Amino acid sequence: MSSDAETKAEAARTRSAWLLSMPALVVLVFAASGPLLIVLTYSFLTPGQYGNVVWDFDLSGWIGILYTKDIFDGTWGLADAHLSIFWRSVKLSLLTTAITFVVGFPTAWFIATRPPAQRAFWLFLITIPFWTNLLIRTVAINEVIRNEGLLNTFLIWLGVISEPIRIIYTDTAVLIGMAYVYLPLMVLPLFAAIDRFDMRLLEAGYDLYASRWRVLRRVILPIVKPGIIAGSILVFVPSLGAYVTPRVLGGGKNMMIGNFIELQFGQGRNWPLGAALSMTLLVVVMVALLVYVRAANKESTPHG
Amino acid sequence: MKKFLSVTAVLLASTSFAAAEGELQLYNWGNYTSPELLTKFEAETGIKVTVTDYDSNTSALAKVEAGGSGFDLVVPSANYIPIWIEKGLIVELDAAKLANKGNIAPEWVNVDWDMGRKFSVPWQWGSVGVAVNTSVYKGDINTSDVFLRVPEELKGKINVVPEMTDVLNMAIFNVGGEACTEDTEVLKKVRDLVLEAKKDWLSMDYGATEKLSNNDWAASVNWNGSTMRARLANPDVAFGYPKEGYPLFMDSIAILSDAKNVDNAYKFIDFIMIPENAAMISAFARYANGIAGSAEFMPEEMKTAPEVVAPAEHAAAGRFLPTCSQKSQECLTAIWTELQK
Amino acid sequence: MADRSFEVARLPGFKFIAITAFVLLYLPIITLVVYSFNGGQSVAVWEGFSLDWYGKAWDNEAVKGATIRSLIIAASASAIATTVATMAALGTTRRKAFKGQTFIYVMINQPLMVPEIVTAVALLIFFASIKVATGYNGLIYLIIAHAAFCIPFAYLPIRARLEGMDLTLETAAADLYASHWRTFRRVTLPLMLPGIIAGAMLAFVISLDDVVITEFVKSGGQDTLPTYMLGQMRRAVTPEVNAISTVLLALTVVLLTAFFLLTRKKN
Repeated sequence: MSSDAETKAEAARTRSAWLLSMPALVVLVFAASGPLLIVLTYSFLTPGQYGNVVWDFDLSGWIGILYTKDIFDGTWGLADAHLSIFWRSVKLSLLTTAITFVVGFPTAWFIATRPPAQRAFWLFLITIPFWTNLLIRTVAINEVIRNEGLLNTFLIWLGVISEPIRIIYTDTAVLIGMAYVYLPLMVLPLFAAIDRFDMRLLEAGYDLYASRWRVLRRVILPIVKPGIIAGSILVFVPSLGAYVTPRVLGGGKNMMIGNFIELQFGQGRNWPLGAALSMTLLVVVMVALLVYVRAANKESTPHG
Repeated sequence: MKKFLSVTAVLLASTSFAAAEGELQLYNWGNYTSPELLTKFEAETGIKVTVTDYDSNTSALAKVEAGGSGFDLVVPSANYIPIWIEKGLIVELDAAKLANKGNIAPEWVNVDWDMGRKFSVPWQWGSVGVAVNTSVYKGDINTSDVFLRVPEELKGKINVVPEMTDVLNMAIFNVGGEACTEDTEVLKKVRDLVLEAKKDWLSMDYGATEKLSNNDWAASVNWNGSTMRARLANPDVAFGYPKEGYPLFMDSIAILSDAKNVDNAYKFIDFIMIPENAAMISAFARYANGIAGSAEFMPEEMKTAPEVVAPAEHAAAGRFLPTCSQKSQECLTAIWTELQK
Repeated sequence: MADRSFEVARLPGFKFIAITAFVLLYLPIITLVVYSFNGGQSVAVWEGFSLDWYGKAWDNEAVKGATIRSLIIAASASAIATTVATMAALGTTRRKAFKGQTFIYVMINQPLMVPEIVTAVALLIFFASIKVATGYNGLIYLIIAHAAFCIPFAYLPIRARLEGMDLTLETAAADLYASHWRTFRRVTLPLMLPGIIAGAMLAFVISLDDVVITEFVKSGGQDTLPTYMLGQMRRAVTPEVNAISTVLLALTVVLLTAFFLLTRKKN
């Protein structure tokens, strides 16, 4: 086979690869990636009086992310309210990731260390909540933590408290909701990593008289790190952009970025700001994903 | 492959039944349309009405303005109707198609926001005040201080509905100003007042009828009819008329300019101007309506209910809100945006 | 030896946390299901077993319409997504790296990475202008939007299946002078089928579950089951919502069980 024929065959293969992928790409460009460009454009326009936009170039959408003009004296100042929403989103997302990790790691370990016959069953059990409608799961949590819900009724019945503890409509409620909703997303990648872990390394560790805690810290965690990173990203990214959970459990007061963006397209009537915020969220997410990819690639390089 | 294509074709065809005969898309406030009314309408005309809910004037306006909403009818509040008219979002009604137009009660025909009822027909009207669970708070509930300077017992238990003009104008009245004021001194006071009060609010959400009934909320800024429904489910709930001044509202039904089922829309509007049907609407949501002769068809408990018939000492404080000027609207919106964060 | 490895693998407290996690995961869901059979009006007070709410949900016109719409959209979107994903999978797997491969991967997986609210907002703006320009308001917008974000979910199982497939059968067919198309139809496709069906089912479930994108893209009277529930939750939180949720849950469980069984058959 001459190299000429090889390159021609190569080109033909590339062409067929692209042709076969074309329909998928068309759908995606039309209904997923393409519209993102529109959002970018809108972020540079002027807000209309009752929503929508006026086609005049305006940076107020981008400036509005961090700064607001005082309505009475016209001075520009740092938008405290915006910052508190961003901070709340980041804080809650990080906390959610931490909680799901602390709870999810033992769970994943547990599943991975079951006898192979049982393992599929446990996996199935953890997958059901994962595929259950997000709204259903949020409603379910609401019914547990609301004033007349399961938790309060149980505690009152026990006599521990006399008045219901108000959890609903607080940051805590949103946190509980998100941890509940995203737990399976942490468990599954962790399970995948632990599943590949060679248990004999543990034996070696114990043979060397290491304590269980030490073995955990020095042997297990470093090796399953790619799974930890994957799980963390899979939880952090959706929590940052969460919309349904804070809306249902936050009562309209404890907004996260997702709700704040929605507000701009509804009562807030500032589409360019909403568009700018969306782009910012996208960038933050991309950065987080890049971090993941770099970290994952670093792990796959063999060490001596 | 062929099978797949034919199935897709059938599906696509079925999705274009949107503008078929016998359909009507009504965009209305939540919990505001009597299901019995719709059943009766369908039985008489064969037209199926689908209701989509909205919870505030601003979100309804935003949704329709975005375009392509697919609705035929909308029911905005009085102070917003001029905005809808100005933006060309609703059409001037063809009086020839509305045989029952004479049924509109005389006092509601020549209203400031729609002289001679060229664009809209009354749906229901009422007042905005505060609904309080009297077993939680036993003090005076006829004041907007209930949500603006929240009493101890209600701190962290009171909700405020996210309806901008009603809430902010009540705040303006509370500090002694005029509705839709442009006075920056007054507006500054209002802004500081609401931002401070927000710390004691539980939430800014809808659904007062249910949440007051099942004690999720101990109090809320609320509409009178919704409060009456809550009281019927939970007798501790009472409606307070803020003495500093409270808004009266009237919602009227109008036809959208990009409506697809225009003839059906006219039939519906004509239908609700019949006194019995208007009474049906009122019986469901518990608000008064603007159609003459409907009183005899209204349920007994509404004729004497304190929420529907304002006690004499409070009636004077109720006033209809004008449509705010551009400047005033901008200031209110800015305060509101501050508040919503 | 097997015994020893389990002893070795035991870490203190982990089993307890794991079991607790499972209990906590299912407790709210079970509460939800149990209360759907509640005879009373409130979602908190138990008033005897009854199927009333299922009946009410069944009679509710809005629920029926929303259910049918959800099913139509899910079926159509899943069909479209699976078809294009199958083609894309065939194009991108089992070959040496080619130019632009990373780009195609990124594009296909992009719905997984972009936050839903951002896509929802983008589609709101984009489709609204098309709706105004064409005056057409059908379900097609929702179907296309769903198809787009279902593509990665259909793609991944198909690709996994394809990669795990033994090439020898196809080579054998080629040796027997079968044309490419024939080989594809008679050998490759049947072998891929479990993966394709798994992908289709995953896409179906994902579409059925979507809330955010549907909420933003829908026009008047186009509620799907989740958006209907979202609307209901802002006002009357009656056990009707529980009943609908339980039915949806049951459907998901059935589909998932089938999916699990199908993907285990690959031995």
